Amino acid sequence: MQGISIRSVSRHFGSVRALDKVSLDVAAGEFVALVGPSGCGKSTLMRIVAGIESADAGSLSIGSRDVSALRAAERNVAMVFQNYALYPHLTVSENIAVPLAMRRLSALERLPLIGHMMPGLSQKRAAIATDVLQAAQSLGLDALLDRKPGQLSGGQRQRVALARAIVRHPDAFLMDEPLSNLDAALRVQTRREIVEIHRRVGAATLYVTHDQSEALTMADRVAVMQAGQILQVSSPEAIYHDPQDIRVATFIGSPRINLISAAANAAGHVHIAGKSSGLQATPGPVTIAIRPENLRIESNGIPCVAKVSNFSGKACCFMRAIAPVMKPLSYGFRQKCRARMTVR
Amino acid sequence: MSAAAPASFEARPRRLARGEALVGLLLSLPAGVAYFLMLLLPSLATILLAFTDYELGALEWAWIGAANFEEMLADRGFAVALRNTVIYVGFVTPLSILLGLGVALLIEAGIRGRALFRAVFFLPVVSLTVAMAAAWQYLLHPTIGPLNAFLRLLGVASPPFWLSSSDWVLLSLGAIGTWENIGYNMVLFLAGLSAIPRELYHAAEVDGTKTWLDRFRLVTWPMLGPTTLFVLTITMIRSIRVFDTVAVLTQGGPNKASEVLLHTMYKEGFTFMRLGYSAAITLVFLMMVLGLVWLQTKALDKRVHYG
Amino acid sequence: MAKRDLRSLWADTPRLLVLGFLALLLLMPYIWMISASVKPLDELFRASLNLWPERFYGVENYRQVFSQIPVFGYLWNGVVVCAGILFFQLLFAVPAAYALAKLHFPGRDLALGLVMLGLLVPPHVPALPLYVAFSKMGLLNTYAALILPFTISVFAIFLFRQFFKALPDELVHAARLDGIGEFEIVWRVILPNAWPAATAFAIFSVVAHWNDLFWPLIVIEGQARATPALGVLYFRSDEAGDDFAALMAAAVIMTLPLVLAFLFAQRRFVEGIATTGLKG
Repeated sequence: MQGISIRSVSRHFGSVRALDKVSLDVAAGEFVALVGPSGCGKSTLMRIVAGIESADAGSLSIGSRDVSALRAAERNVAMVFQNYALYPHLTVSENIAVPLAMRRLSALERLPLIGHMMPGLSQKRAAIATDVLQAAQSLGLDALLDRKPGQLSGGQRQRVALARAIVRHPDAFLMDEPLSNLDAALRVQTRREIVEIHRRVGAATLYVTHDQSEALTMADRVAVMQAGQILQVSSPEAIYHDPQDIRVATFIGSPRINLISAAANAAGHVHIAGKSSGLQATPGPVTIAIRPENLRIESNGIPCVAKVSNFSGKACCFMRAIAPVMKPLSYGFRQKCRARMTVR
Repeated sequence: MSAAAPASFEARPRRLARGEALVGLLLSLPAGVAYFLMLLLPSLATILLAFTDYELGALEWAWIGAANFEEMLADRGFAVALRNTVIYVGFVTPLSILLGLGVALLIEAGIRGRALFRAVFFLPVVSLTVAMAAAWQYLLHPTIGPLNAFLRLLGVASPPFWLSSSDWVLLSLGAIGTWENIGYNMVLFLAGLSAIPRELYHAAEVDGTKTWLDRFRLVTWPMLGPTTLFVLTITMIRSIRVFDTVAVLTQGGPNKASEVLLHTMYKEGFTFMRLGYSAAITLVFLMMVLGLVWLQTKALDKRVHYG
Repeated sequence: MAKRDLRSLWADTPRLLVLGFLALLLLMPYIWMISASVKPLDELFRASLNLWPERFYGVENYRQVFSQIPVFGYLWNGVVVCAGILFFQLLFAVPAAYALAKLHFPGRDLALGLVMLGLLVPPHVPALPLYVAFSKMGLLNTYAALILPFTISVFAIFLFRQFFKALPDELVHAARLDGIGEFEIVWRVILPNAWPAATAFAIFSVVAHWNDLFWPLIVIEGQARATPALGVLYFRSDEAGDDFAALMAAAVIMTLPLVLAFLFAQRRFVEGIATTGLKG
């Protein structure tokens, strides 16, 4: 079992800092989701791990091997791409066989005509065919082996991409927004399947997504990334309930968390709109972040205006503005902060 | 009331549709007239002409059935022209495709000099063919041409008379034809290369391809399939039309050694004024072009289309 | 890609060397054409491999060309013919392509079939009857004879139709709701959106007809209406004889306009030829 270890990796595109000394560990058998808005550098980081792109600085090891200087072909990682990246001219079984053929057959053996004259080739090919069939069966693809990717649905292509990834028993699994091209219903179903595959294969998995609900439901740990930096790496519960950074708090959770500017007095009591909130903080201006579902409407709470209300199954009312509004100057959080509000 | 309502609902769209039909017809009318007068009618006339003995200026003409085609079969000049055209196409097509692909791959393989090299290799496409033929004539001139001067410098005692020797003339024309077509093919291949999704190369790297050749065989070449087929057909059709260089440089000579189909058609029709015979040659030319297109569509259905 | 960006000049050298060598080979005719055009004839006959002349004779050679043939006349004829052809091609093809792409009218499928059929027919096929007709109508040696056969470009119709089909129907519907007349839609809504296709086609058309020799050779005699291609041909057979120096000067002059246009708008040229090529 191998883990992935990323050590202060940096990458610049011209003057733009795509990655700024990023460090991240994925333990053996662990599923880590890398989540962040588009352009935050998460895909670049994944490509660097795969060996498709190179880092300007930093090091990378898989298991005990330092793979920083190795090419993609030598790293034994598997990657699932957003657009599946299946070879359109090859059948499903040929697609799945590619990583095995590239590793087990010599360049000469892969030649169309000369290859057939090489000794021992038929045994090698038979072994590859067995492995391909096994991988295909585990994903329910056995009936589609002779089709071309163009004849498959989006979900089926996704499975072929997964089969191509697991067939070689990789040291690490990389997935770059693998579900973003599927429709909503299929996406939820495939989430579960990917988690199951991960449990079965047991390889360290780094999963890039911009969809926080995907990250929160699938991963053992979630890494939130913004502007080339990883802000927090924690369990999904901790990311949601105990964010360490206001940017994590606002990125995670839908509808968005409420941010309320307030001030703590000399005694450290935080008051909102003149009423005591029951929270403690270092004296001075603070920002209070409260998840919408933690707000309760009561007759004698803090006066506020509900600007937006969403219905999402449970009764969930949340507000966007508190009067009076102050500019947030410093950040302070309290776990499980609940406030009582009076809607005006 | 209830019967009237649907009728009034239908009336509007029908009126709209009629208006649209009228506009559509009117907009297509100028093109339709020009198409009829400049393309359809004369092309049909060519087909009819091929079965007559019509000569420009002659007072009478007659239907002669397939006599023109029979004459063609017996005509050594036509046989030579046909053979030469096939040889020319067989020379120019593979060479200009291979070179065009090679140059496109080399240009695509890096960043430096992309625009410069693309421009240089494309230059022959936009250069006046007749003028460049004159330049080639000088370059290949047996006595004062730089090529032979260079060969003499290398110690070749009697370098060939490129354009005036029946052994070399077709090869020389083929070289010029290749030179003309490389840039065109390169541009088409560059467009084809840029249409290959980057992710496929990334997948190929992760899947374990180590060398450029591996990636070429796994991704580039198959993905270029439709482009290559198209380039193949278009190059054959372009080179089967060879006329300018022959008309300028050799006029079919020496001793018909560089006679080609269109030049024969031109000579028969516009020099000897034998329009019927010339039309018959034109039909053979048309059949060859149609045959190539037919082959392309068949191949497209079968092999290189990945749906 | 990123790795290639960073590749050092050293690693890139073999590629640049091969490309450079091939480019040099390809440029040979140009290099020697220009070199010969500034050499005196006696130096040419010595067949030396020096690119630069011992005695610079460029002024005399070029002056000879300008004094012996109506250079500007040829170029003007080329411009008139190319512009005329392009004008009519667009005038006829754009409305028809719009109608074929967006309107329903009886006979549309037939029209489309005729367009496809026309794509298969090389321009050499209708040449003989057109020549006869023009000769009977006394149109030989006129601009009309040079322009008329190419006023209809099925390829243009095909290209523009492909392009218009890709434009959203809402564009036309919105224009109708705004009260723009059906004919006005073509010029005010469709054509402004057709610019990329129109530029590509214009380049394709001008390159093809500026360089064409076959048809001008058939319908033109004498210098009055001769195109640049014919001009070089005439100069070669009549005036220059074996005077390669002057011939090369004439070749340079006639090649230059389009090559200059290309060098100024390289990207457009290459894209134009690539899009028209791939769609055709």
